[in-house]
Amino acid sequence: MAEQVLTQHFGLVNFYKIDEYVKKGGYEAVRKALQMKPEEILEEVKKANLRGRGGAGFPAGVKWGFVPKVDKPKYLCVNADEGEPGTFKDRYIMNHNPHMLLEGIIITSFCVDIHTAFIYIRGEYEAIALRLEEAISDAYDKGFLGKNILNSGFALDVFVHRGAGAYICGEETALLESLEGKRGNPRLKPPFPASVGLFQCPTVINNVETLSNVPQIMLKGADWFVGKGLPKDGGTRIFGVSGMVEKPGIYELPIGTTLKEIINKYAGGVKKGKKLKAVIPGGMSAPVLKADEIDIPMDFDSLVNAKSMLGSAAIIVIDTGTSMLDVLKAVTKFYSHESCGQCTPCRIGTSWINKIVKRMIEGKGSKKDLDEIVRLSSNILGNTLCPMGDAAAMPILSITKKFRKELESNL
Amino acid sequence: MNPGFSERTRKKIDKIVARYPQKEAAILPLLHITQQEFGFISPDSEKQIAEILGIKPIRVREVVTFYTMLNREPVGKYYIQVCSNLSCALLGSEKLIDYLKGKLGIEPGQTTKDKKFTLSLVECLGACEQAPCMMVNFDYYGNLDKKKIDKILDGLE
Repeated sequence: MAEQVLTQHFGLVNFYKIDEYVKKGGYEAVRKALQMKPEEILEEVKKANLRGRGGAGFPAGVKWGFVPKVDKPKYLCVNADEGEPGTFKDRYIMNHNPHMLLEGIIITSFCVDIHTAFIYIRGEYEAIALRLEEAISDAYDKGFLGKNILNSGFALDVFVHRGAGAYICGEETALLESLEGKRGNPRLKPPFPASVGLFQCPTVINNVETLSNVPQIMLKGADWFVGKGLPKDGGTRIFGVSGMVEKPGIYELPIGTTLKEIINKYAGGVKKGKKLKAVIPGGMSAPVLKADEIDIPMDFDSLVNAKSMLGSAAIIVIDTGTSMLDVLKAVTKFYSHESCGQCTPCRIGTSWINKIVKRMIEGKGSKKDLDEIVRLSSNILGNTLCPMGDAAAMPILSITKKFRKELESNL
Repeated sequence: MNPGFSERTRKKIDKIVARYPQKEAAILPLLHITQQEFGFISPDSEKQIAEILGIKPIRVREVVTFYTMLNREPVGKYYIQVCSNLSCALLGSEKLIDYLKGKLGIEPGQTTKDKKFTLSLVECLGACEQAPCMMVNFDYYGNLDKKKIDKILDGLE
């Protein structure tokens, strides 16, 4: 496998402990960053073209640059909600390398003049939340967090905040609402969180993997980082492969590695020698690709050109032994359950589609039902406050269009 | 009426509330503590949390009803959450769910008569590389088959 950056020490026992981490050069990036000017850090991260690993792929440096220099508290929210089906990479990072994430948090906060950071972690990851709390407590003891970090005068507090089982809270404005102690209903944008975010203050929200890349960019520079991936999409990605493959798991590879290579070379190919039917390339929200569409570089722009998306780089592999109607059922069941209910097209649309698919599974469907699914999904697309509406509509539309013949044969 | 939070928990709560510039932000952390201490969120607990945070109980109720992990009814000693999302479904979670229903003699959402097990179907648990997977309380179990489920459940007292 190519040189690993984020996962290189995952095999070491006790690497999650601060002493082991420091022995391997841990917190050197923080030391270096605290000697730099915040604007120099921002320039370097912008140059690195570090794009958001949560799903949207927005350049992190540009996002940080949007934060206005106002005399108000500013916040960093770390998105560790990891709810996109198929995604489990951030669990690995936080479990094996919590201090790398903390370093990223410290450097980002110093860069944007933030003094309070919250890690919003999905409720199910209780054990990981405890591990993070231990890491944070150790970092305070060693002077990497607190009032005067490494005698630089810079102060930062980090807290873990647990969610409680709601997919929508991975959407950044729903996350903010949830953190404020409300139902996770997304906010209307603009204003964007960079100017009006947590507690009405300027806020940066970044995914765990995104922030975990920052220490390496500080140590090795933007040029090195860009060299690890593509000019407009720097670094590596932790691809999570699941479903019908021989070796499901995480694979850290240069951005731009082809989907075909990831499935066949790294994940051991389709399970039990069956044939490939379809792949969801970037978490459940990503439109499905057919077996003949997988010779594609895994980067944000290539996937957009293929009318899908890289999303959270979570690859779900579907074999010829699987019925696409069953896949459609899992997808529609999920979105109808997880719609927050705020916008009518998504609330009614997803549950309506789910009912139709259930009917089809029971053998009571008709060709008209497939047209109805397309009509309802198209009505959700672009007509909701947050991206979850599109996230539901896109995979449903792609499955019904690309596998129409197979679905019709089930009727 | 439950006895309310212990002195020790109250101290923990005060520390948590102090993290946030607005007290209400502590609702979820306090609900987690409540569920850990009392097993579920009762209307009494909602009132107690509201009192601590200086808000109306309905504000707490609003939050409780939004999040699937918060239980408004008591659950069994072992709370089994089986993933029914795509990666687990591809690898046979549906059959395992049927097996669990038969083994425990309950439907999802129900608790066994001896209050030992509650069965629940959930969406993605974030452990797709170990599909099919489930959680028992906060422990993850993956690569499940019937044999493994027997071993896990039979080992619980």
